[in-house]
Amino acid sequence: MYGNAYIENDGNKVNSILADEDPIKLAEFEARIAAGDKIEPKDWMPKEYRKQLVRMIEQHAHSEIIGSLPEGTWITRAPGFRRKLALMAKVQDEVGHAQLLYSAAETLGKSREDMTNDLINGKSKYSNVFNYPAPTWADSAVIAWLIDAGAIVNQLANSKGSYGPYCRALDRICAEESFHLKYGHDNVVFLATGTPVQRAMVQEALNRWWEPIMHFFGPPDKASQHSEILMRWKVKMGSNDSMRQTFLNMYVPKIWDLGLTLPDPNLRKNEETGQWEYTEPNWETFKQVINGNGPCNKERLAVRRMAEENGRWVRKALMSKTDQYVTPLA
Amino acid sequence: MEFTEKHVEGLKELLYKMADDLLIIGHRNSEWTGLGPMLEEDIAFSSMAQDKIGQSLALFELLHELGESDPDTVAFTRNDNQFHCSQLVELPIGEYDFSMVRHFFFDHAEAIRFEMLADSVFEPLAMVARKFKGEIKYHTMHADIFMQKLAAGGEESFSRMQNAINETFGLALGMFEPGKFEAELIEAGIFGGEAELQQRWLDKVVPLLESFGYVVPKVESTEPAFGGRHGVHTPHLQPLLDEMTEVFSIDPGADW
Repeated sequence: MYGNAYIENDGNKVNSILADEDPIKLAEFEARIAAGDKIEPKDWMPKEYRKQLVRMIEQHAHSEIIGSLPEGTWITRAPGFRRKLALMAKVQDEVGHAQLLYSAAETLGKSREDMTNDLINGKSKYSNVFNYPAPTWADSAVIAWLIDAGAIVNQLANSKGSYGPYCRALDRICAEESFHLKYGHDNVVFLATGTPVQRAMVQEALNRWWEPIMHFFGPPDKASQHSEILMRWKVKMGSNDSMRQTFLNMYVPKIWDLGLTLPDPNLRKNEETGQWEYTEPNWETFKQVINGNGPCNKERLAVRRMAEENGRWVRKALMSKTDQYVTPLA
Repeated sequence: MEFTEKHVEGLKELLYKMADDLLIIGHRNSEWTGLGPMLEEDIAFSSMAQDKIGQSLALFELLHELGESDPDTVAFTRNDNQFHCSQLVELPIGEYDFSMVRHFFFDHAEAIRFEMLADSVFEPLAMVARKFKGEIKYHTMHADIFMQKLAAGGEESFSRMQNAINETFGLALGMFEPGKFEAELIEAGIFGGEAELQQRWLDKVVPLLESFGYVVPKVESTEPAFGGRHGVHTPHLQPLLDEMTEVFSIDPGADW
């Protein structure tokens, strides 16, 4: 599960970013991408390409492992065998995605250990959406349906990107996420068509999650030369707003079909433009949460830190004195 | 031979304790999700947990065919004194050393139990036991590899694992607490009995642990943690059940 990468748009630095690069190699690289080739780990690539990809894949990997926490707490509470088995399998998939993605990022030269350290030290980000609590069973259902749906919109776009190992990981991830979405949808349908208590539970969860879902795709993009380059290199595959529109177009009608409401009186599709109109979510809240002041930031990182520390002796015991670190080939 | 009432009672008792063991150990193993010492172990424990819960469901379905309530009702509405799991499986996951030693002891016992049941005259049970044997092979393989690696992984790792073995051995012996109908089950050819299972388990795990360099406590001087099979549990089971049934009990009649 993952939203759009938080890429810093710093237009002023663009000239210095490219100034160091060999112009002939750069032209060849850009020609390959324009022709639809995939870039592989041992290929020449601009420093900025490597840097942004590491950052993006790493954030994605962290999001999968942190994302397993709010949902994981519901495995032990899932009502009945069918839900319990399905949720266990779903969350296991998410951890498996983290494993795939850390490997993909490692092909660019940063080890899993370094990435993990940057996560627990607060240096690397992960999707903001996991800094919110999941206080009821219905929250876990809404997450499984709509957050995974948002992630698919984003990941399908990114799977058409230019970096081979990331694209291949995303192809596998999207196949699994589509099952998660079915599980989440089925779960929400049962609640929305169930007893008054179940119905109220899912409506409240949806109200709680609407703003984080709108935040999920990131703030409206500012046009800059930097983002133009990243689009040209197929690192960034679509604007945050276009992804948000795709999501709204696919899922708002489905939510309304279930007789559920969304907490935005201005939400409507403009039939003339084909675009959805909505109240901008509070982007100041978004910034606050990204910068560590969300309701669960501290708790999520504390759990991750504890798991890392408690597991240290196991990892140390398994380490062979003679083996050398090898970067995966993906 | 015709099954008497006692045979059926004995069969149900057997199915209940197996199903409860698998449900509770599966639940505990799933608590490692997101917290393992490395991603690969999160995934391994989650995978084993799914097998265990799936196996417990299959056994509750057999019980349903024998006239008990449906699996969800049976699993999600009983209190601790109605559970027949061993005390071994209900303890919290603790640290990875305890969870690993429990996994090793439990899964070797289950593997032998399924092997014995694969020849049961009660064919529906023999069928599921043959199926489970294929799944549990990977669980014991996982446990064996880690027990060996952690024995050879330096002083801290070895002493943690040895301590966990010492503390867990009596709990593990509690798995073999005899039921009320041992003689009837053996006589009818339904199950070879807990005493035979314990002996075969000792023949398997003791040499294996010794080959890894561990010292195994003596059976004669270890108090087995009995009680679980008769509804006597540690204080850890009821809170687990409260958590497990938290959503289901909002409305047990609703479709979830």
